[in-house]
Amino acid sequence: MDSVGNIIVYFIIAIAMIFFSFKAVTTRKILRAATYLLFVLLAVAVAYFQLGYQFLGAVQIAVYAGGIMVLFVFAILLTHKPNDKSGLIDSHRRTWGIVLSGASAVVLIFALFYMPLLHGASLMECMQAGGEITMQQIGEAFTGSDRFQYLLPFEAISVLLLACIIGGVTIARKG
Amino acid sequence: MDLSMLWYLVPSVIMLACGIYGFVTRKNLIAILVSLELMLNSADLNFVVFNRYLFPGSMEGMVFSLFAIGIAAAETAIAIAIIINIYRAIGNTDITEIKKMKF
Repeated sequence: MDSVGNIIVYFIIAIAMIFFSFKAVTTRKILRAATYLLFVLLAVAVAYFQLGYQFLGAVQIAVYAGGIMVLFVFAILLTHKPNDKSGLIDSHRRTWGIVLSGASAVVLIFALFYMPLLHGASLMECMQAGGEITMQQIGEAFTGSDRFQYLLPFEAISVLLLACIIGGVTIARKG
Repeated sequence: MDLSMLWYLVPSVIMLACGIYGFVTRKNLIAILVSLELMLNSADLNFVVFNRYLFPGSMEGMVFSLFAIGIAAAETAIAIAIIINIYRAIGNTDITEIKKMKF
């Protein structure tokens, strides 16, 4: 039995995720699509907080809602006039989109309800079983090289980000 | 009323379906990137939910989500650099007008 507060928060984030992700792909103004995407990202961050991953939620807000959205808005304002509307979708493309997304949604939801392990524990039981993840545990997981420790990917991602900086400058440079 | 795992996976599926719909129907490169972010986010959410409900004692799903967020940031930065370069070359970001690999 979960607390009423958790259930209310769940419904708010679930409705926000569904509604805003639907609006993000159907609105015709590109800046609005980016804003709806921001709301979806914030709802996902709240879901992380609710599941007990505070650090991940903070990273989601800082990197996605803070960093990537600024890049999006920057790129949109550089390449579009503020009131541009994208053209209507032709019916051929729309049919393909509805068929593909509908088929994947039907298959995935069928798989979800078919799996027996999904009707197990409630959120409260899992939170009690797992306990809090401390910052020290996260730090140790990222800086060790034993089993379940991730020093090599951590270093590789820093090199990847360096390559990304150089690549971004090289690609976007004039001439 | 119990919040079981299914409750978190259903919005994630709908987010993924919206992302696929946008990826197929949109013609603007930035709008396609927005749809891509939706799909990536639903995958991240799934990692975290499976971690919390099936293996509450460990944190591997969270670590994978952290790496996925870092890589998504790098990918978006490069994609936006490419989009700005395309805009400089042909004057808009419509995928139906990009026919050449090199200008």
